[in-house]
Amino acid sequence: MATYRELLARVKGEIDEIGAAEARERHGETLFVDVREREEWEEGIVPGAVHIPRGNLESRIEGLVPDRSREIVLYCSGGSRSAFAAKALQDLGYEHVTSLTGGFTDWKRNGFPIETPRSLSPDQRRRYSRHLLIPEVGEAGQERLLGGRILLIGAGGLGSPASLYLAAAGVGTLGIVDADVVDDSNLQRQIVHSTDTLGEPKVESAKRTIQALNPDVEVKTYEERLTSENVERILGDGWDVIVDGADNFPTRYLVNDASVWHGIPVVHGSIYRFEGQVTVFNPGEGPCYRCLFPTPPPPELAPSCAEGGVLGVLPGIVGSLQANEALKLVLGIGDSLQGRLLLLDALGTTIDEVAVQRDASCPVCGEQPTITEYVDYVEFCAGVGR
Amino acid sequence: MTRVRIPPTLRNEVGGERELVGEGDTVREVLEDLSGRYPALERQLFEAGALAPFVNVYVGGEDVRTLDGLETRVNGASVILLPAMAGGC
Repeated sequence: MATYRELLARVKGEIDEIGAAEARERHGETLFVDVREREEWEEGIVPGAVHIPRGNLESRIEGLVPDRSREIVLYCSGGSRSAFAAKALQDLGYEHVTSLTGGFTDWKRNGFPIETPRSLSPDQRRRYSRHLLIPEVGEAGQERLLGGRILLIGAGGLGSPASLYLAAAGVGTLGIVDADVVDDSNLQRQIVHSTDTLGEPKVESAKRTIQALNPDVEVKTYEERLTSENVERILGDGWDVIVDGADNFPTRYLVNDASVWHGIPVVHGSIYRFEGQVTVFNPGEGPCYRCLFPTPPPPELAPSCAEGGVLGVLPGIVGSLQANEALKLVLGIGDSLQGRLLLLDALGTTIDEVAVQRDASCPVCGEQPTITEYVDYVEFCAGVGR
Repeated sequence: MTRVRIPPTLRNEVGGERELVGEGDTVREVLEDLSGRYPALERQLFEAGALAPFVNVYVGGEDVRTLDGLETRVNGASVILLPAMAGGC
């Protein structure tokens, strides 16, 4: 039988340790893992460190650090818990694990940089617990979502599911642009509205639903149609991502040009009857809407849902895909639909994908742009001057 | 034989079909084969012998504008016709 002191000494003999000065030199290249308890973490950390309390280390490390050859520095407050933690990671096959002797206390005493992590309230920790469990999101990701700002063009078929899922996910600020009022023909699919809000401005109806779902979310309403005159003011409020659920071509082209000039990624979705299209336009990185569709179709080839109809659940699918893309963009994870147009057929239940390439001769995002300011988008889409 | 996906907005031109089969080695030949059977389709797809600028054509998932245009060989891959859709409603 060994005492604690003996056990610690034995473990320390089986692992590698480094002092604060050496750890400081490796900071920036090596992953620092803080194995202390939450209350200790909240009072200050090594900048950039990830937090896995000692008790969860073995179960969570593989999700967070799948690469077992990665260099890891473990620390606790004084270097004991991190020694046991280092032993555990060695046993799991991690090859370059060291424990910080003297721990965070010594790091701080040396005057090395520390930061105070922003942290979620107990209520938020419960609300977003299923996000916090996902290694790709976690607490840092949830903080990013709470600081995120997403602008929705349209609170209709696509904007309804998109805004609801973004709000539920805890995106801190949602802007909604829509000039319409809730009509009873909307309710077959526009699930952010309800029979109770018939006749109300859609932005107000959506705001009420969103705030009932998640009071963490601030909703900025723009009860107006997006135009060349107001687009600078609305985009000037500062957005990380635009979710385009507009119902007409002039707005689509306007959103595109504005997003290219402001460098804001657009998650595009469109629907008709049983079919949907989804993609991501990321200015400077991938194609824009004009690279994909340089010329709007004539009106007879571009009926709206109001003329041709749409299956009620279709915008639910497409708008949810848009929310997924928007969340990934805010989180900075995964592969977006940039450069890929997803084609959905709800009748055959098929999903196809076609490639979308950036067009060097694109009049807006190409090498020598010929359109550098807002045009009359209604005229452009009516084919005037073509 | 090449399978050609018809978008909802062009189905009235082809008697409501969602997919047609065309003959030919290139996109042009396949679409001309369909146009011969469905003249209304030809009027939407072509402008003065060229592909209408608002119709995207994909062969094997690639935009023919990034390949050889209408002269792109189909080689058994399926073709998708795709005009833009505006609806978010």
